[in-house]
Amino acid sequence: MATPSGGMDVAADGLWEAHYHHDAIATRTLGFWLYMLSDAMIFAGLFAAYGVLSHHYNAAGGPTLHTLVQPLSAYGETLAVFASVLAYGGAMVALKNHSRTGVLFGLGAAFILGAVFLGLELRDFAQLFQAGIYPQDSGYLSAFFALVMTHGLHMVFGLLWMAVLFVQVATQGFTDKTVYRLLNLKLFWHFQAILWVLIFTFVDMRGVL
Amino acid sequence: MVNVQGPWSPLIGRLSLGAIPDNPIIAGAFLFSAVLGVVILGYLTFGHKWGYLWREWLTTVDHKKIGVMYILIGLVMLFRGFIDAVMMRTQQVLADGPHSPGFLGAAHGYLLPYHFDQIYSAHGTIMILFAATPILVGLMNIIVPLQIGARDMAFPYLNALGLWLTAVGAALIMLSLFLGDFSHAGWVGLTPLTEMAYSPGVGVDYWIWAIQIASVGTTLGAANLIATIIKMRAPGMTWSRLPIFTWTSLSTNIIALTSFPVLGVALGLLGADRYFGTHFFTAGLGGNLMLYADLFWIWGHPEVYFVILPAFGMMSEIIPTFAEKPLFGYATMVAASFAIAGVSWSVWLHHFFTMGAGPSVNTFFSIATMIVGIPTGVKVFNWAFTVYHGRSRFETPMLWAVGALFMLLLGGLTGMMLAMPPINYSVHNSVFVVAHFHTMLMVVIYGIMGAVAYWFPKVFGFKLDEPLGKRFFWFFTAGTIMVFIPMYTSGFMGMTRRLDYIANPALLPFEIAEEIGIGLYVVSVYYFVRQLFVSVRDRASHRVGADAWGSARTLEWLTPSPVPFYNYAVTPRVHARDELVWRREQGLEAATAAHYEDILMPKNTPVPLVIGAFAMTLGFGLVWRIWWLTDASFLGIILTVIARSFVRDTDYVVRAGEVRKIEQGLRGNTPGTGGDGTQGGVGVWRPQESGS
Repeated sequence: MATPSGGMDVAADGLWEAHYHHDAIATRTLGFWLYMLSDAMIFAGLFAAYGVLSHHYNAAGGPTLHTLVQPLSAYGETLAVFASVLAYGGAMVALKNHSRTGVLFGLGAAFILGAVFLGLELRDFAQLFQAGIYPQDSGYLSAFFALVMTHGLHMVFGLLWMAVLFVQVATQGFTDKTVYRLLNLKLFWHFQAILWVLIFTFVDMRGVL
Repeated sequence: MVNVQGPWSPLIGRLSLGAIPDNPIIAGAFLFSAVLGVVILGYLTFGHKWGYLWREWLTTVDHKKIGVMYILIGLVMLFRGFIDAVMMRTQQVLADGPHSPGFLGAAHGYLLPYHFDQIYSAHGTIMILFAATPILVGLMNIIVPLQIGARDMAFPYLNALGLWLTAVGAALIMLSLFLGDFSHAGWVGLTPLTEMAYSPGVGVDYWIWAIQIASVGTTLGAANLIATIIKMRAPGMTWSRLPIFTWTSLSTNIIALTSFPVLGVALGLLGADRYFGTHFFTAGLGGNLMLYADLFWIWGHPEVYFVILPAFGMMSEIIPTFAEKPLFGYATMVAASFAIAGVSWSVWLHHFFTMGAGPSVNTFFSIATMIVGIPTGVKVFNWAFTVYHGRSRFETPMLWAVGALFMLLLGGLTGMMLAMPPINYSVHNSVFVVAHFHTMLMVVIYGIMGAVAYWFPKVFGFKLDEPLGKRFFWFFTAGTIMVFIPMYTSGFMGMTRRLDYIANPALLPFEIAEEIGIGLYVVSVYYFVRQLFVSVRDRASHRVGADAWGSARTLEWLTPSPVPFYNYAVTPRVHARDELVWRREQGLEAATAAHYEDILMPKNTPVPLVIGAFAMTLGFGLVWRIWWLTDASFLGIILTVIARSFVRDTDYVVRAGEVRKIEQGLRGNTPGTGGDGTQGGVGVWRPQESGS
């Protein structure tokens, strides 16, 4: 029983767990998976909107999918984003080997390849605008641009994150904070690649077939 | 960018002196708010409270204080939404029949139609998103970490960020009262009415950005609570021992995490239409306005269950405590919660059965809707069997819980009626529907009021005054009956909703009864405020020990009341589903740990508040289309987030000796002794000032 001096022996009764700690990195990673679930729902909503608005009368007499799609360019973008994910995977292998240079090299390569992807995508947009095709022209075009541009915006933020993390790993090395951020950015970057595959399949491929 | 009607300048966007409304009612509201604001500012300044406010509240990451602030925001907005309700009821009772009088420039009643439309839009938006949601999130914030034996949430910094984003949404809505106007298109904002062509003012923009910013906060909060429940449980707190309130918090936050992004998409696309001139939901050029209705309600219906599931959890905690029996059917209760959460995703179309989806689609959604009745029925029977052969004590929380049961029965049965398309076709858009969903939301309000009374002593160390709490309950219940039973009736008689003028004088008696009902609500609000006042004034005689009710069952009642900022001096080991009952049976409920240890706690930080301030200027700039302000605010948010990521030292250590001192001080705080004196509440004990 409790003594007047304030308590019982912890070891004797097992009512309390001394020095109990939660795994910070595992908690952070789970939290990031949960964030990605919510992000996936954003894309689910956008894909649904795209599906609903891709009927021919949503084009309002304007351009349809077949005029928009540039399969070769999209193929190049796919290669760039896949190579970027591969480079990031290299950084993860280096993390396991505790090699800071390896991680920085992988991050740098992933950043450049991601930037190539964005450059190609911006070129596509510029070509569409030059041809006089704008999101404001029809419901279909609004949905097309919203879907592709939201993905592009995610890539921009991924690159920003990568740049910040590059500096942090270079200056701070592998701390709890930099390691969980590296792991979370890995999840994010793979997720964006998967989303690109979905866009490639349901937008570009459908335009070609 | 879309060209807007009226003047626009690069410096101040659409702002002009004409944006200040010229209306005596709003002037009165402004005067009230201004006087209140001056009083609060004066108290803070002359009472030298700014430092206290900054250290203890504005920069805090403590889940209990954040929860309290969520609830305060919710209560303020609940009051605002209630005033809206009083105004609507008064308009409808005055504007009955062609010979009804007109005041203040209105043909009938005292509100112009456009003003009336803004009031019901604000009432709906506020009550769902800025009253019920913050109060529920606040309660989950406070109670879940305590129930699972954690020191804080999984991500305390993110938690504070969620709070401030919710506060920004609420602030934007309040601002719309005095600067510009609010949406007139109902809380659902149906397209194409909310498009630029039909709503060229700033009202819809206020509505969009208030919801959009606050819902980012709710989504972050949901991820936080789920991660907390999965990862932060004390040893021995297995899934089969998790308290039901924590279970319902888990299911409800899964709903929030997956549904709020869809709302973000719906509002984002509508925003694109209004700002960039796209054609997602426009009436021409390939827009599809049904797409909006679907996207909105794909969020909207899960949101309804997002607010009701925590209320079910609260009832499941209160009823066993006051029946002095374990909850009947624990496993079925858990299964029912997740069944409701799951089905919530496949019923959204019942909000627009009449919009021509065809018989097969309507049938699917009709049956899916009726299926919700099965798990809900399971819950009702479980609560009833919990009380059966129990030793029920009808203290205030129990009164609210039992009241919620009756509301659930009434709302559930009318919901079953509305689930049938043939009935739905005849009462669609009538006040019968309004009465139904208000009865359901009463379950939430009753649950909330019960939970506030139930857990108040845990957070603040003293009970709310019982006699005044009971008066509050009975007047509130009388008001509920007087308002909503006549509303069901007039709905059956064909009265449609959202009327600023009622053409049929035969409906007048019902309107008078509802006006009396709202008067009873006013009395109940008086008793609520008086209850708070009296309880705080007489807190010395209302002090409680760790187990405030003497028959509580779950882990949170093991900690001292008020809970110290670190929750548990030593992490408890959990042995049973009702851990406190188990310890009581072993004679161990007062046992404390013999050895204290150093505790690692997160440091206070002003960063979430700064991001919130940028979000406020961002929202304001978007509403008034001041592009330099939006760009600067957005950049400010990004730079702040990056700067914060470079802060390495985000935690601090509370030494074991300090913990022992605090624990001994708190354990002396027992009923009748007056405890450590006059300071009530969370965070009396804060050993160090910290910032980052």
